[in-house]
Amino acid sequence: MNLDQFIENFADLFDETDPDTIQANTQFKNLEEWSSLVALSVIAMIDEEYDVEFRGDDIRGSSTVKDLYDIVETRVEEE
Amino acid sequence: MAKLTFHGVGIKAMSACVPPDVVYNKDLGYLIPEEEIEKTINSIGVAERRIAADDVMASDLCYKAALQLMADNDIDAASIDVLLFMSQTPDYRIPATSCLLQHRLGLPRETMCLDISLGCSGYLYALSTAFAYASMEGVNRVLLLDGETFSKIVNRRDKVDWPLYGDAGTATLVEKGDYGDSTFMLYTDGSGEDKLKIHAGMRNPITPESLIEREQEDGNIRNDLEVFMDGMDVFNFAISKVPKSIKQLLKETGKTIDDVDYLVFHQANLFMMDFFVKKLKVDSSRVPYCIKKYGNTSSTSVPLTVSSELAGKLEGEHTVIMSAFGAGLSWGSAVMQMRDCKVSPVIEY
Repeated sequence: MNLDQFIENFADLFDETDPDTIQANTQFKNLEEWSSLVALSVIAMIDEEYDVEFRGDDIRGSSTVKDLYDIVETRVEEE
Repeated sequence: MAKLTFHGVGIKAMSACVPPDVVYNKDLGYLIPEEEIEKTINSIGVAERRIAADDVMASDLCYKAALQLMADNDIDAASIDVLLFMSQTPDYRIPATSCLLQHRLGLPRETMCLDISLGCSGYLYALSTAFAYASMEGVNRVLLLDGETFSKIVNRRDKVDWPLYGDAGTATLVEKGDYGDSTFMLYTDGSGEDKLKIHAGMRNPITPESLIEREQEDGNIRNDLEVFMDGMDVFNFAISKVPKSIKQLLKETGKTIDDVDYLVFHQANLFMMDFFVKKLKVDSSRVPYCIKKYGNTSSTSVPLTVSSELAGKLEGEHTVIMSAFGAGLSWGSAVMQMRDCKVSPVIEY
């Protein structure tokens, strides 16, 4: 898995947020555009791109984009 | 694995009834910041919904739908052997609402009546029950009434649930006849019981405190007699289970997605259905939506979508898949060879 690619996939989910502002250490819940609907698109993106299940608690327990990436990476390795 | 195949039974007719009162999601400024309303409407796909008056129950909407179906198809009440009522918003806790409907519809005392209770997957389960009874010796016709009035069990200040749900009632007539095979595949995962739930009942007895509205997760307001949904986990459940289960149904029945004329989903939310369409690589013109007008009407949404979008289109032979998922967690799909199914357009009551 590639972190830069994950960040790009994540940034693609936003309409108004400048992709350059999204980094590994970005606190994504502080982004103005973050909402429960964007959260659903994160779950859908992870299913599509990485074919692993992502739960509500995974999002609730994460602060940065890197936190999301680490969970996905662990799941992908478990498969 | 519950894989059920039926021969020589099918759906003869369908109808639906909604309340006339329209609630517009553009008016949700009290619940959702104004600048997010349009985005929310586009994402969930619900522009407006029908909400039943205080004195109109799911059973009333089903009653009207049933009368319409019987009138449009010249069905004699005395010819109905079994009446099923599928709902989680029945008239009473006791007696079963199907018994009230037997009397109200003028069905004979020889009619067997049964209520079925399940979440948004309920229509598939109830339809499989209707097919099973219609397959039995001694039963010719089963009338399945599926209705929900979630407006009565959703708090208006719950921003996860209130923008989604609408009310409706439907009728489906199942009978013996010269029908092709129908196959149902039904699934359950009770480990997800907390994902969609009304807390108060028998295990958590109803007390005066149950009626107190409290601020819950993310500022949502609700009391213990109102529906809670963990939107993210239900979404994850649906996207991980539903496309897979439809692929399995096609595989088990030796069909491909291109053999399917119509794929009718439970109208959960638009974003989710668009995801299914993409994942299954199905031509979106074969996937009817009525969520924009009626919202998510729980188990009623599959037959409501047929009545709203496929009226007059199911004459002749058609391969139709119906698929639904929800509280339990519970999900299922059916592939049917439909023949000359008479679909009445949606009426209001």
